[in-house]
Amino acid sequence: MTMQDPAPTLEAEQSGITQPAQTPLRMVVRRFLRHRAAVVSAVFLLLLVLICVAAPLFEVWLGTTFVDQDLFGRYAPPSPGHPLGQDEIGRDVLIRLLYGGRVSLLVGVAAALCAALIGSLVGLLAGFYGGRLDALLMRFTDGIIALPILPFLIILSAIDLKKLGVPSAIALSDEVSLYRIVIVVSLFGWTTVARLVRGGALSVRQREYVRAALALGASNARIMRVHVLPNVVSPIVVAVTLSIGHLILVESTLSYLGVGIQLPLPSWGNMLVNAQDLIYSAPALAIYPGLMIFLTVIAFNFLGDGLQDALDPRAGSRRS
Amino acid sequence: MARFLTERLLQALLVLLVMSFVVYMLIGLMPGDPIDLMIASDPNLTAADAVRLKALYGLDKPVIERYFNWLMAALSGDLGYSRLAAQPTLAVVLPRMGNTAILMACTLLLALGIALPAGIYAARKPYTKLDTLVNFLCFGGISMPSFWLALLLIILFAVTLGWLPASGMAPVGSERFADRLPYLVMPVVTLTLLNAGVLTRHIRAAMMEQLRQDYVRTARAKGVGETAVVWKHALRNGMIPIVTIISHDIGTLFSGAVVTETIFGYLGMGKLIYDSVMGNDFNVALVALLAATAMILLANLIADVAYAALDPRVTFAGRKA
Repeated sequence: MTMQDPAPTLEAEQSGITQPAQTPLRMVVRRFLRHRAAVVSAVFLLLLVLICVAAPLFEVWLGTTFVDQDLFGRYAPPSPGHPLGQDEIGRDVLIRLLYGGRVSLLVGVAAALCAALIGSLVGLLAGFYGGRLDALLMRFTDGIIALPILPFLIILSAIDLKKLGVPSAIALSDEVSLYRIVIVVSLFGWTTVARLVRGGALSVRQREYVRAALALGASNARIMRVHVLPNVVSPIVVAVTLSIGHLILVESTLSYLGVGIQLPLPSWGNMLVNAQDLIYSAPALAIYPGLMIFLTVIAFNFLGDGLQDALDPRAGSRRS
Repeated sequence: MARFLTERLLQALLVLLVMSFVVYMLIGLMPGDPIDLMIASDPNLTAADAVRLKALYGLDKPVIERYFNWLMAALSGDLGYSRLAAQPTLAVVLPRMGNTAILMACTLLLALGIALPAGIYAARKPYTKLDTLVNFLCFGGISMPSFWLALLLIILFAVTLGWLPASGMAPVGSERFADRLPYLVMPVVTLTLLNAGVLTRHIRAAMMEQLRQDYVRTARAKGVGETAVVWKHALRNGMIPIVTIISHDIGTLFSGAVVTETIFGYLGMGKLIYDSVMGNDFNVALVALLAATAMILLANLIADVAYAALDPRVTFAGRKA
């Protein structure tokens, strides 16, 4: 979220000519506030982050943890001690949902940022240097887009890290599935950003001021940093927001299939692993985690849509 | 045309070759080891037997050499045996390809059947209440976790209402295709709902772009009816970007099929890949993944040919393939 700072100034300076009375930032905020679904989504996501961060407080309040089992309370309906009831081995559903939310949000944001980094690098190189390098990198990108991604993700997620020489103390630790899924998911999530940055770099490279900078002896690295990147920041911000939602979906799918986040760490995906066997006895257990995924992902998508309207009004397909 | 096709087919073969190498390497890194599995299933095997078995299957050689041996055998038609099914790999993979092709073709047709009217309507009446509603539904489809949608449909139609079978391919012992249809409904509906949203948004954007063009105004000015303007003039041009989108989405569609097939117990490529990866059935995993990629590349090629048929400006000779 901190990435959007430089973008408003740039975009709004250009469109600010027609309405000199408004500061650039206020125009962006005003355009964003007009997108009602995006505003609601932003509020929802803010609340979600706050509640998930406060998950340990809920543990204290309810007097149980996300791993505490209570075999006498299997499938217990909602009660004051367990506001959303208990699961198939008597764990508190609400607390597991909150911890699952932490994991899903963390993985989504971290993977989207990693993917944006890879994508920006590939896109900059391809768009700025052009020629053979461009053709090669873009062919590679197109190739990845066309592949059946999910099977690859499944295989990559299932790889035995010990065979790669990772010490077994690390390979078998609880958190390794967290890092691994961020890396695996971002390995395939960078293509959109790469294409956006390449397009931006291609068009900026031809502008007069870039030629002027070249003539003044600016290095390639400086031109990319000072002239190209700021011009593509707003589409990147939009793409990152949209991809957080998409990557949360991918993470939950992998976790559901049993190769993502591993127990005892809960995630919205792995909370549904047993759901299919339980649909006759406890359908509610299948509803909550999926609903959380759905609401979070749709909120990120609306947020991205709203940011696009606000930051990049000319590129927006909705209000053109 | 012939040159274009040859070039594209050669390219596809190159992609498959690179993929077979990458996947072979990756699968070697999966947990488990074929010899360990044999030892686990037969307590009478000794350490000496294990060494002999390793030599028999060539597993004592470096991985590059094993890959070339596999490739040579594969090129001569020997794709090995399936560990789980105890059948030749090809006999396991081939029937599954047909099932997935049926699933994906039904999905694509149904999704287009929904997305075309919805997208065109939204493009003709943009920013109205109905356009907003369509847009919301699209966001819903895009944001829906595939496995959760499948679970919800099972809970509603199989558990609560009892209208449709929860999983499987056909009633036990039945060979008639008509008996398979009820089993096809939920996987197809799941995949359709997941994909129709993206399609609708793209169709709406493409049609809005076309309806702004001068030739559309000209057609209206000379008195062409609105239906013909939209469905003949604008759609023909709008289809060009849409076909590209569809061709790009086939990989995504297949990824969706992996999940839905697994949940609904539909015996297609997606479930086969998942089961063989999870069950250490390396021969099948490798061949199935390559076959799935080949299917997707073929679908992309068909889309490219359709692209040229739709846009007379595109010629195969001049196009960078």
